[in-house]
Amino acid sequence: MSERLLVCTRKGLFIVGRDSGGGWRIRDSAFLGVPVSLAFQEPGSGVIHAALDHGHFGVKLQRSDDGGGTWNERVAPAYPPKPEGVEDRDPMRNEPIPWSLKLIWALAGAHPEAPQTLWCGTIPGGLFRSDDGGDSWALVRGLWDHPGRSRWFGGGADFPGIHSVLVDPRDPRHVTCAVSCGGVWVSRDGGGSWNCRADGMRAEYLPPDQAGDPGIQDVHCIAQCAAQPDVLWAQHHNGIFRSTDGSETWQEITGAAPSPFGFAVAAHPQDPKTAWFVPADKDERRYAVDARVTVARTRDGGESFETLSDGLPQEHAYDLVYRHALDVNTNGERLAFGSTTGSLWVSEDSGDSWQQLSANLPPIYCVRFAE
Amino acid sequence: MARITFTGNVQPHVPCPTETIPGDSVADALGTYFEHHPLARGYVLDDQGAVRRHMVILVDGIPIRDRARLSDALARDSEVFVFQALSGG
Repeated sequence: MSERLLVCTRKGLFIVGRDSGGGWRIRDSAFLGVPVSLAFQEPGSGVIHAALDHGHFGVKLQRSDDGGGTWNERVAPAYPPKPEGVEDRDPMRNEPIPWSLKLIWALAGAHPEAPQTLWCGTIPGGLFRSDDGGDSWALVRGLWDHPGRSRWFGGGADFPGIHSVLVDPRDPRHVTCAVSCGGVWVSRDGGGSWNCRADGMRAEYLPPDQAGDPGIQDVHCIAQCAAQPDVLWAQHHNGIFRSTDGSETWQEITGAAPSPFGFAVAAHPQDPKTAWFVPADKDERRYAVDARVTVARTRDGGESFETLSDGLPQEHAYDLVYRHALDVNTNGERLAFGSTTGSLWVSEDSGDSWQQLSANLPPIYCVRFAE
Repeated sequence: MARITFTGNVQPHVPCPTETIPGDSVADALGTYFEHHPLARGYVLDDQGAVRRHMVILVDGIPIRDRARLSDALARDSEVFVFQALSGG
């Protein structure tokens, strides 16, 4: 049972622990004052990786081998020298894509069959692979050099980025990435070759004749059912989509109340029909619908949704929950999410009720359960 | 020879002691400095070796002009000061 939370914020990393009586409190902090975009604990170990985003000094990676007690800076992924004469531009704005790390937006891997292999998704669109537990990184050229990348464009950020990396529990060579804005990409050979797999998604923000183009979909986040990995859920810019065939095809899920717009999604680890979302008012406002914080839960594969609000603020709550700021633990009973206004909530009953752990944290970028 | 000094604001994150280093250009001197202190490089330069957008390098009190290749010349007793711009938050 996950008894700790890693909470990444604009002003540092906070480690929140649960005591034997069920109360939660902040037990530790690190990197105070520095934006922490992401944290990732290697499954089954005390190793935690934290991604820092210094305003002036660039993006850094820190690693803790003792569960967050002490930290050491590790080498961050670096883009190779950009060859002279190479044209690489955001197609929408015709802006040059910088071959330089702007943000670490996904960390995943440490599969039991490949425990030293880690994946790192970044803005401006590079995926990096480490085969030594994060001591060194190499750009995954099979994706970076794929002609389809030239069509990716920035969504929210200035340049495109890989925010979701899923390593299939059945096979560490089977990796699925989602890109904002660039669809969903799948490799079955450890990153050597890639195919775009977003058929069925729909981009209502583009001209109708381009709406179904898989390679330009603004996927906000994807999550996978650990017990049935062919089931994936996507929170997309204009809706929710589900795949039951390992991303080969996607079906739009309508009926999520109070809104199909949002950033975060959590998939139940055992039940392929259960997932959670945190709806927001699309898309110019970007805060909780009607200033009431709710969680949308489906338990029937998206046929219907419950709007969960017990313990959540129901007036004048202008919270937005970013794509990495919702998580579910390994048995699907405990959930946590944090918001842009520094509120942090936990549920111990699959979302039926929530308790607020803090209303005063810095803006929250990422919430992850830890062992 | 140039004396290279870093802002105190970077020191909590990565130690950057002041050193006097030979070199005809900023690229020469900083290149040698970063051989001595490899982690410091990424705090000043981006992946392509250019000065980070919100960092500034002064040579004898004047901002360098070539932020991409750091080709600005050094005198025998130049003072190089590396610090963060007030841009960038």
